[in-house]
Amino acid sequence: MKLDTISQIETPEGVDLSAEVVGLTPRALAYLIDFLIRIGLYFALAIALSFFGVVGYGLLLIIWFALEWWYPVLFEYFRDGQTIGKKSMGIKVVNDDFTRLTFAAALTRNLLRAADFLPLFYGFGALSMMVSNRFQRLGDFAAGTVVIYAEPSGNTNHALSKITAIAPSQTLSDEQQAACINFTLNRGNISAARLEELAEIIRPILPSNTVDPVAYIKGVGKWLMGATSEAPADDGSLDRSLEKESAASLDSGGGK
Amino acid sequence: MKQLEFESRNQDFWREMDDFLSQDIGPKASFPGDFPKRYRRLCQHLAIAKSRGYAISLVSHLNDLVKRGYQAMYGNKSIDRQNMLQFFAYGFPAVLRSNSRFLWVAAAVFVLPYVVYMLGCWVNDQLLYSIMDSRSVRMMETMYEPGLDKFGRERQSASDIMMFGHYISNNIGIAFRCFATGIFAGLGSLFVLAYNGLVIGGVSGHLSNLGYGETFYPFVIGHGSFELTAIVFSGAAGLMLGYALIAPGKLDRKTALRKAAGDAIKVMYGVFVMLMIAAFIEAFWSSSSLTPNAVKYAVGAFLWVFVFYYCFFFARTRVAAYQSLYGTR
Repeated sequence: MKLDTISQIETPEGVDLSAEVVGLTPRALAYLIDFLIRIGLYFALAIALSFFGVVGYGLLLIIWFALEWWYPVLFEYFRDGQTIGKKSMGIKVVNDDFTRLTFAAALTRNLLRAADFLPLFYGFGALSMMVSNRFQRLGDFAAGTVVIYAEPSGNTNHALSKITAIAPSQTLSDEQQAACINFTLNRGNISAARLEELAEIIRPILPSNTVDPVAYIKGVGKWLMGATSEAPADDGSLDRSLEKESAASLDSGGGK
Repeated sequence: MKQLEFESRNQDFWREMDDFLSQDIGPKASFPGDFPKRYRRLCQHLAIAKSRGYAISLVSHLNDLVKRGYQAMYGNKSIDRQNMLQFFAYGFPAVLRSNSRFLWVAAAVFVLPYVVYMLGCWVNDQLLYSIMDSRSVRMMETMYEPGLDKFGRERQSASDIMMFGHYISNNIGIAFRCFATGIFAGLGSLFVLAYNGLVIGGVSGHLSNLGYGETFYPFVIGHGSFELTAIVFSGAAGLMLGYALIAPGKLDRKTALRKAAGDAIKVMYGVFVMLMIAAFIEAFWSSSSLTPNAVKYAVGAFLWVFVFYYCFFFARTRVAAYQSLYGTR
């Protein structure tokens, strides 16, 4: 069973490419921003065109039609899948193989808004997104498109310099190593208090003289990433030998 | 190799690729000759990072670079290279002819109610009130009263441009909705087609009954060729979506829908252009009371023949060659 929102495709080069598909709320907010922009534009132009009588009214009707139907199509096609609202939410539309949106797909998904909109304010669209595993509304299904986050969470190695690398005192499995490394790099979204809380959970298996479990795990993470151990933990000879063994096995296996 | 060493060795290459891929890569951008090689190297780095279990943040950074590289590499092939002129000369008729059975159904669902209500309202001047309220009926009557300067308008003060805007936003909106709601097993399209058939047929019968035929028919014959045909086409495009969901055949429903939508959207390109033409004719030509009726009938007849010839008979061999592009379902 799939619990996260990562969608994967395989490129012709044989690597799996992943992107995070976007749920209902950010998309609704993006829509709201676009809606306000369109309404604002419409009223601004309505005031300006009101000086031109019936001709102005005719032009206003054409403008309304363009804003209603073509605004999202043209933005998504020419601005790489992003309307103003989508851009400000950091999301974009792509074909479902993650290539740049085609014109046909942009038009299809936006014409089908009329169906997604029914019966009341995007009722069917929301329903369709909730039952689909890639949050696709009806228009997305027909056009073969998905909405993904445009920006990945960044590669933040900058905080690494403050950490002292520590060689682990016991052999760690692949998953444990990955957990330590990710704990160390903390993708910027876990608070210090939560880090402490997480570290406290595994305190029983850490060397007994560990003062600061957070610093210790971060140190191990940095060591696992390949930093040389400046201050190796002194945990007795048995642990040392284990440590060497694990380091050797890691290096022969490609290392971490 | 440990992660930090891997990073320090390739940092510069990644930064270079990042900068390169940050440029606005439009549909028509061109790339240096070694781009594929560099892109493949990036792919290899991602694969290495994943298989060695490097940190998520590094993997996701490389994933992002590969994703952008992949879009630059393969995104361009999917742009329709077929030029527009060629599409409207051969592509549009081809997609219509390939999907003719949807056109027949849509035409029947529009024309049958049209004929029934036209005859009904012609014989019985009360029948129109079964589908329209009395205010709308009265409005229709005043719009086509003989002796007006401009026909088909609620207010005589309305300018041609204003009506042009009205026809665009109203009629094209109807066609788009007629298409979109076809995704509900075709029901939306069928309803829009039948309802418009009833109303338009009913109004024409009702006005004939009043003896307004001499103003009404010259008014509608010109733009009707594009407008009514386009509405039927938009319904057919909607039915294509609905049918793909009801009877996907050997494909799964998602794939069938997508395939059908590929054809249907091409129909909609044509529908949009046809309705723009219709709006133009209706606003600037049909409404005039100065043009003699005989001229209007002649031009109208010509337009009807033109539309049908273009859609179904024009350039048969060339169009047949194009038809192989579209799923003959």
